[in-house]
Amino acid sequence: MKLTLDHLHEPLGDFALSLDCVLDGRLIAIFGPSGAGKTSLLEIIAGLRRPRRGRILLNDRVVSDSATSLWIPARQRRIGYVPQDLALFPHLSVRANLRYGMPVADDRLLKGMCDLLEIAPLLDALPATLSGGEKQRVALARAMVAQPSLLLLDEPLSSLDQSLKERIFPYLLRVRDEIGIPMLYVTHSTEEVQLLCDQLLVLKAGRSVAQGAPHDLLEPSPELRYRLKPH
Amino acid sequence: MQESDAQIIFFTLGAAVLAVTLGILPGAALAWLLARKSWPGKTVVETLVALPLVMPPVATGLILLKLFGRRGPLGNWLETHGISVVFTWKAVVAAMAVMSFPLLVRGARTAFESVNPRFEKVAATLGASPLRVLATITLPLAARGIMAGVVFAFARALGEFGATILVAGNIPGLTTTLSTAIYSDIQLGHDSHAWLLLTVSVIITFGAVWCSDWLVRRSVLTA
Repeated sequence: MKLTLDHLHEPLGDFALSLDCVLDGRLIAIFGPSGAGKTSLLEIIAGLRRPRRGRILLNDRVVSDSATSLWIPARQRRIGYVPQDLALFPHLSVRANLRYGMPVADDRLLKGMCDLLEIAPLLDALPATLSGGEKQRVALARAMVAQPSLLLLDEPLSSLDQSLKERIFPYLLRVRDEIGIPMLYVTHSTEEVQLLCDQLLVLKAGRSVAQGAPHDLLEPSPELRYRLKPH
Repeated sequence: MQESDAQIIFFTLGAAVLAVTLGILPGAALAWLLARKSWPGKTVVETLVALPLVMPPVATGLILLKLFGRRGPLGNWLETHGISVVFTWKAVVAAMAVMSFPLLVRGARTAFESVNPRFEKVAATLGASPLRVLATITLPLAARGIMAGVVFAFARALGEFGATILVAGNIPGLTTTLSTAIYSDIQLGHDSHAWLLLTVSVIITFGAVWCSDWLVRRSVLTA
């Protein structure tokens, strides 16, 4: 997957998100402190927020271009989005949540995804009755059965404790390796970057301060498992 | 309880139901626009909608009388189509509708604002059109809060007096409502009958307000 952010500029309160880069990889991490503009960047890529200036290309398809006023709305972009709070529709069962974004009712696809993420027994439950890890897997499945060309994950593991995170990792690895949908993964965790991602973009106050492979940008740390190398 | 009391009770209930029903669609649409969109003149419309809540009801009645009177801009046009409003049941409904509309809009607006916009955003990324998002996400999640506003507006319509007496009068069997009947009973010294109608009013409005609060509590739990 190749995502081009061409002179992207969007004011965000005290600073501006300002990026000019090409992201290329299967699972790309966007890493940075809180308030660096990570969620805003995802919303812009998803088509939920229109940037002031710049151009966005997904695999050479222009999805937004301020110069020509081209703007493909979120519903036509085929970019999946799993926000931090997951936003499972509370009034719909897990099955109805999953079917919501399916272009056609495809029971085989639904069953395959339920088997992969082990959520088949939850299909008739309401989101409020699920545990944190179950909600996470349902949100992931809902975004994937819509068959997006890119999946945006906004700190998907931040609300989970360590043991739940360790249980979710294998599912994310399965999604990465077996489904092959490219993902943009927002995180604060160097551990998640090291375990899951093949590319890393480091954001600080809306700007890219480093970009490359995790093993080039991260080093082992005595306190943390990994930390950013000085750059 | 006399036969005419039943007529007054059912007439008041019917007029209040009709007044609120007429307001549901425009009220919910306006509430959605106020809750979710920015547009020029929004604050002016917000203030206009809230006016009947703060203005003396008699003043609102006077405006309605001037508007729907035979020489009024709307009344004159309606008369040419054979429709009289002032001092008929239609004036009762109009007064109730205008006085209860702000509460309906307020309740529905709060209901729309309580729906997490992220649900709507995620629905859009799943390919849903704005109309589908409204029909399948926003409205079902806001429904209980909207209904709470509707029921509260209904309770307000039931108790409407000031505007009604001015624009519809108090014509027995034609425009008399629970409130105007209580007023005329007090004027004529029929205190025990006034108390009877007052008890009926309290029971109905207590039920409506309780129902509205219950719906609000349920919508807070599910939104």
